[in-house]
Amino acid sequence: MNNIFVYCEIEEGKVADVSLELLTKGRSLADELGCKLEAIAIGSNLGGIEKQLYPYGVDVVHVADDKRLAPYTTLPHSSIVVKLFQQEKPQIALMGATTIGRDLGPRVSSALYSGLTADCTSLEIGDHEEKKEEKVYKNLLYQIRPAFGGNIIATIINPEHRPQMATVREGVMKKEIRSASYTGEVKPIDVNSMVAPEDFVVEIIERHIEKKRVNLGVAQIIVAGGYGMGSKENFNQLYELAEVLGGEVAASRAAVDAGFADHERQVGQTGVTVRPKLYIACGISGQIQHRAGMQDSAQIIAINTDPGAPINSIADYVINGNVLEVIPKMIKYYKANSK
Amino acid sequence: MKTFKIIVLAKQVPDTRNVGKDAMKADGTVNRAALPAIFNPEDLNALEQALRIKDQFPGSTISILTMGPGRAADIIREGMFRGADDGYLLTDRAFAGSDTLATSYALSRAIAKIKEYDLIVCGRQAIDGDTAQVGPQVAEKLHLPQITYVEEIQQVDAKSITLKRRLENGVEVVKAPIPSVITITGSASPCRSRNARLLMKYKHAKTVTERQNANEDYLSLYSDRPYLNIQELTVNDVVVEASQLGLTGSPTKVKKIDNVVLQAKDARKIEPSDAEINLLMKELIDSHTIG
Repeated sequence: MNNIFVYCEIEEGKVADVSLELLTKGRSLADELGCKLEAIAIGSNLGGIEKQLYPYGVDVVHVADDKRLAPYTTLPHSSIVVKLFQQEKPQIALMGATTIGRDLGPRVSSALYSGLTADCTSLEIGDHEEKKEEKVYKNLLYQIRPAFGGNIIATIINPEHRPQMATVREGVMKKEIRSASYTGEVKPIDVNSMVAPEDFVVEIIERHIEKKRVNLGVAQIIVAGGYGMGSKENFNQLYELAEVLGGEVAASRAAVDAGFADHERQVGQTGVTVRPKLYIACGISGQIQHRAGMQDSAQIIAINTDPGAPINSIADYVINGNVLEVIPKMIKYYKANSK
Repeated sequence: MKTFKIIVLAKQVPDTRNVGKDAMKADGTVNRAALPAIFNPEDLNALEQALRIKDQFPGSTISILTMGPGRAADIIREGMFRGADDGYLLTDRAFAGSDTLATSYALSRAIAKIKEYDLIVCGRQAIDGDTAQVGPQVAEKLHLPQITYVEEIQQVDAKSITLKRRLENGVEVVKAPIPSVITITGSASPCRSRNARLLMKYKHAKTVTERQNANEDYLSLYSDRPYLNIQELTVNDVVVEASQLGLTGSPTKVKKIDNVVLQAKDARKIEPSDAEINLLMKELIDSHTIG
């Protein structure tokens, strides 16, 4: 009882990375609290799924296996999780901050009247003193997350209600195998006792892969490339940096005209005007037309070989060097140290 | 022909998307007072989806429901200028300090008071908190199905609604019963602009408090044109358990707030060496600019 639970997302028989990352974090929290780590696997054809989970230090795997449970729909999954939590009374429950976790989490927290913090960037254990009531809460989950468009970092706690629930985005926590020989036990869930026929009122008609439209206006981090990137292939480095930082790729007009990027990514007078938290200008000289579209960015990093490039005059950081050598270094450091 | 009654949940938020140098205090923290109060962007996407149903099924009505201080009536008027029919402002000190769950509870009680509806539509999340929790929690409180991350309402009939959801790697088309709660994602079509005729029609729309403050309460305008009355709901107008409201009713508590410091200084030269780039990245991570 009062263990740590992780809801695991499973697609085509494979546990999602975000869930394995949460199990890794859950394991270290469980060690700190001296409790068990339990995983929830809900889906179809889940035979042997525990083999993917045990190595991350999972002590118990709750398996709900029924062909009606995949692909994910809100109501049956939330019915199962709510009832399981009512029985098992976890102290902490973690989910991925994905379209599934951010759909399921709030529904479950509302049904259980427990607190949920979305998109945490850090989870820690700590105490809390309520001075007015002279009450001390031991070993709470500190749920740390940015808010207000990333301009503040808030530490959220749930002193009275359980489970303490949090979602975390993919890539925020580190994924690490505890031990290849770690083993636990499987506890099958009796699905029919947990779901009602009316949980299946929402029907999935179709699912397919489709490319997302670019929306530079809402990106907090923009990695922009100019003519100095040299080629469309070299732009791939920008996509990689943008992906690891959780940002979006933009381009100057010269780069768009040269065919390095699509027009929808163009920043400047004839493109989009952006004001992100961080604008990384790569191989961009920074003509006035381009600067007009990005000069109000909160922070600007300029990477180019020209010490006299106009972009440098509005940048907070200027890196004089070959962008194709600088970017891999940024990616490498970030990957190794952002966890 | 079938008509629909749609409730659009909306929130007035500070515009946190565009925090440029002009909204920074000298110490590098954000000056929240300098940010304009706007209609939460994804709630506008939601309004557009509702308006399309109204276009297709004339006679359908759209009500905006918002919880907030008195000035949040601005977004109800904004919604009316774009095609909403009326609005409800849920406003009371008792709601102050609500987390997402207490907010959802209050909204669900207001919806129960409004009573007649076929669909509840709202933005996926608000830009001040980015939690995406209120939509699903309202759905749970009302025991309705929820469909989140919707990019397009494709088809509606008397009993069901077909929706296109935008997921990480693709799309999903689902059919849900009416009534349901639907949250609309930012990649949906942008909201149409204000309509000049509606702007003239609704520019004097006010809540009772606004009329009193402007000393216009006596004007026959508001009894002659009932559509100019924005309904104000206080805690006494909705059936609630006080223990589930505001700070008391919020399971989550804010323990601590750290301001992110974005210092605008003179350009710093960074050598393209491993050591200097690592130092720069470390600073950006430490200041929460990235990560």
